[in-house]
Amino acid sequence: MNIVDFSLQEQMVLLIAALVLFTSFALLAQQRMLASIHVFAWQGALVAGATALIAAVYDQPHLYFSAALTMALKALFMPWMLHRLVNRLGIQHHVETVVRPSLILLAAAALVVFSYYVALPIEKLSLLSTRNTIAISMAVVLLGMLMMVSRRQAVSQVIGFMSIENGLFFAAVVSTHGMPMVVELGIAFDVLVAAVLFGVFFLQIRDSIESLDVDRLNRLSETRLVESVREAEE
Amino acid sequence: MNALYLTLLLPLSGAVLLAVVRSPLVAGWLNVGICVATFSASLVMALGVLANGPFLTGNSMFYIDAFNVYLVVLTTFVGITTAVFSRPYMTYVLSEGWVKRKRMRLYHSMYQAFLLTMLLALTTNNLGILWVAVEGATLATVLLVSLYRTPESVEAAWKYFVLCGVGIAQALFGTVLVYFAAAHVLHLPETGLQWTTLHAVASQLDPTVMSIAFVFLLVGYGTKIGLVPLHNWLPDAHSEGPTPMSAVLSGLLLNVALYAVVRCKMLVDPALADPAWDNPQLAGYLMMGFGLLSFMVAGLFLHRQQDIKRMFSYSSIEHMGLMTFAFGVGGPLATFGALLHMTVHSLTKSAIFIAVGHATHIAGTQAIDKIRGLIKTQPAVGWGLLLGTAAIAGFPPFGVFMSEFLVLTATMQSWPWLTLVLLSGLAIAFAGLFRNIHPMVYGAVPEGQVPVKANMIPVAVHLLIVLWLGLAIPDFLANWFDQATLLITGSHFL
Amino acid sequence: MTGWLLALVQLALFVLGAPLLVIWVKRVKCFLQNRRAPSMLQPYRDLGKLFRKQVVLAENASQLFRMAPYIVFAAMVLAAFTVPLIAIQLPTAAIADMLVLVGFLAIGRFFITLAGMDVGTAFGGMGSSREVSLSAFAEPAMLMVIFTLAMTAQSTNLSSVMQYLIDVGLVLRPSLMFALLGMLLVAVAETGRVPVDNPATHLELTMVHEAMILEYSGRHLAMMEWAAQLKLMIFGALVVNIFFPWGLATEFTLVAIAIGIAAMIIKLAVLGVVLALSETVLAKMRVFRVPEYLNLAFLLALLGALSHIILEVGV
Repeated sequence: MNIVDFSLQEQMVLLIAALVLFTSFALLAQQRMLASIHVFAWQGALVAGATALIAAVYDQPHLYFSAALTMALKALFMPWMLHRLVNRLGIQHHVETVVRPSLILLAAAALVVFSYYVALPIEKLSLLSTRNTIAISMAVVLLGMLMMVSRRQAVSQVIGFMSIENGLFFAAVVSTHGMPMVVELGIAFDVLVAAVLFGVFFLQIRDSIESLDVDRLNRLSETRLVESVREAEE
Repeated sequence: MNALYLTLLLPLSGAVLLAVVRSPLVAGWLNVGICVATFSASLVMALGVLANGPFLTGNSMFYIDAFNVYLVVLTTFVGITTAVFSRPYMTYVLSEGWVKRKRMRLYHSMYQAFLLTMLLALTTNNLGILWVAVEGATLATVLLVSLYRTPESVEAAWKYFVLCGVGIAQALFGTVLVYFAAAHVLHLPETGLQWTTLHAVASQLDPTVMSIAFVFLLVGYGTKIGLVPLHNWLPDAHSEGPTPMSAVLSGLLLNVALYAVVRCKMLVDPALADPAWDNPQLAGYLMMGFGLLSFMVAGLFLHRQQDIKRMFSYSSIEHMGLMTFAFGVGGPLATFGALLHMTVHSLTKSAIFIAVGHATHIAGTQAIDKIRGLIKTQPAVGWGLLLGTAAIAGFPPFGVFMSEFLVLTATMQSWPWLTLVLLSGLAIAFAGLFRNIHPMVYGAVPEGQVPVKANMIPVAVHLLIVLWLGLAIPDFLANWFDQATLLITGSHFL
Repeated sequence: MTGWLLALVQLALFVLGAPLLVIWVKRVKCFLQNRRAPSMLQPYRDLGKLFRKQVVLAENASQLFRMAPYIVFAAMVLAAFTVPLIAIQLPTAAIADMLVLVGFLAIGRFFITLAGMDVGTAFGGMGSSREVSLSAFAEPAMLMVIFTLAMTAQSTNLSSVMQYLIDVGLVLRPSLMFALLGMLLVAVAETGRVPVDNPATHLELTMVHEAMILEYSGRHLAMMEWAAQLKLMIFGALVVNIFFPWGLATEFTLVAIAIGIAAMIIKLAVLGVVLALSETVLAKMRVFRVPEYLNLAFLLALLGALSHIILEVGV
């Protein structure tokens, strides 16, 4: 099936999917704290928009509710909360140095190709026109993980984590038109609690190491533990 | 059926109630009381299942069969004994000033919330809710890991949160894929996440999608089980949190995660049996591979531990690896062994952590080098720790020996050469445990080491049950395991 | 016969219209910045003046230095031949391949960088080295855009690509959106506009294009300037006619051609406004940040190619 055969709304869903992927790349490349929070908010808004669009195209009224939930949670509440925390911690103008940015972007592109290959057999099965986006959502999940691996700042890691959630939600919406309502509510509840806990953690980490650079959370690695004992012996 | 709701509602109301009870003393007793009540409710439910067989209730939201009902009883039982231990132990922690009074409310409330999420994960019939509950268990315990607010504990909690969060996200992706596969087969897509519905149509599900889904599910829930190489969070979280938390994390949460994987495997296996699919054993092979790797790696890591709680958490990884391996081997014998091992491991490991709690209280440290002469100082604690370790290392006549023997026999039948690997792994782990435990329980008593107020009844009860299971498995329990084996493998063991 | 005639008319429009696009951008910028704008004829006057002036050559200038302006100009004219401006399926379509276009542009760049180094001044050499390193980053992005287009239209021929896009009608293609963004970034870098280079300044340590032609005077300078204006026009025509091909004449009737010319004027005028706006908003970036900027262009082009494969073709 070629894009030419799709209706304009379906094409718009695909366009939004591509934009969601682009925001994932932007998150990976973005080094400024506030800017990444904004990009994250845009990603949430795009996912919510795609959900609403799918609700309209395929006449799935329950998806309007999911779209509203996503919009409220991912595009408004969480960015707002991160914004507040970042202001409170005084790191709003923090610029994180990303190590080897071009290498990371190439790795990200490789991940996109990888998820395409993984998703290929799944897509063959689907009758929905949105099936092509399964690979995109998987890529968003993997890119979120890449972001968590490549960043040292606790806040950036959380943004990566939340973008993984975005990818998962997007996968559910595009591949099966959303999960059953009770599950969706449960997931939203978990995400909400997780967001609050992350906030608590920022303060705890700050209190314990006086920075949010999680690289400095290194007391518990196996080698480090052995070394510290050796040092104590000497 | 009402007993089921009671089993879930009691911890829920307990979590709410304990959040507002100000006095830690009252809260400690209440905690025990609620756990006892929950246990009674679950026992009533279990007897009902024993008499009438599996049932589906609450608009197909909950499903109880032989497999999960015994885990429910086990969970509530370990819930009680740990609560009994936690009451005096947390009073000691409070008196040392490691925790503020206000945080005790958090502790008790989250203890019940944690039990709730585990019971929900076990009883739910919906794969989505299963995910929500397992993630909820992380959320409930993560603040408890950092309860002492030391830099180490905050680090451990952060690792726990982030790694498990990312891991469990993979499981959600797997769940979405299962739903996707189900949507092609079912007419009512809303029921597409119900385990019973899925199980009925499992052989029609698309093998390609299900195999990809299982990889995601195994990686996701496997992070929670602590499978190598996704285990990094586990020793940290278990060693830095309060000891009662370590007991329930090691004894119960890991079981629940493994339960989730096995439930998924039960859906994937029939789907992969499709004649057009060339690798029907894929799920089993994956589990065997991950299980064996965890088993061996954790056994080796046992040798270089400096912290007693870390050491026993590696032992947990080792045993979870063995169970995963056994479920992967499949077949009634291995599955029966794995089910038995789940029970005895969780009883023994929580007993050990309770003994370890007292031991660290006596020595005032968790460093293995500093804990010495426990038997001389306080024989009950010393012997408890020694016997617990002997049991977990697989000494006869304890139940762990029995279950490991079953698993080994099953391996001998289908994968003879792997028996050698398993045996050497057991020997490595055995050596690792005893080279550390020996000086701790015997050894010279450091100056000024005095006995502490310890409640060893939970340890004794757990170890006695494990001993009993090793000598003779009671009929009703054997029947239970047999029914669960039938469910999982499709054939009886007995 | 009409085809050839039309091709020549189109070429004339290209060559003669190029200064108009430049002055249009300049006027919009002046308007945006509340400055008094030069008249629309100013670039013609400048070129005329330069043609009349005497050529001053450095003592050690070689033959190459004197020939370069003509070669560069000729390369640009040939490149302009390949790009459809008002009509497609002209006889020149036979050579209107995107790779040929890239080749012509590369010839122009090759000679201009050689000329920059010929006299041996510090500025010329610096400009040439910068130009070459920038193009090393820009060309992969450009080629990636071309691949994306080629995959969509199954052809690298500009004329057939545009024909295909017109035939299919409006399709929201994620790949073309990314390709357009990548192409815009590349075009800005290739034509030496803000934020990569600033055509309005001289003797600044950050300049690229102006540094290379610093030694030129008289008619040589006029040829070089005109070639640069032509290059902007070529990229402008590429962007508007590939991504918004509507209005291009597909048949050689008077009405169709009139519509083609009108559409071309409107589209290029809009593009000029966009360019002027972005140049007003953005500040010139440091030279060392330019590779990052071109990496972004490459990334966008790559995303375009990937999203074409993933989203647009079924399995």
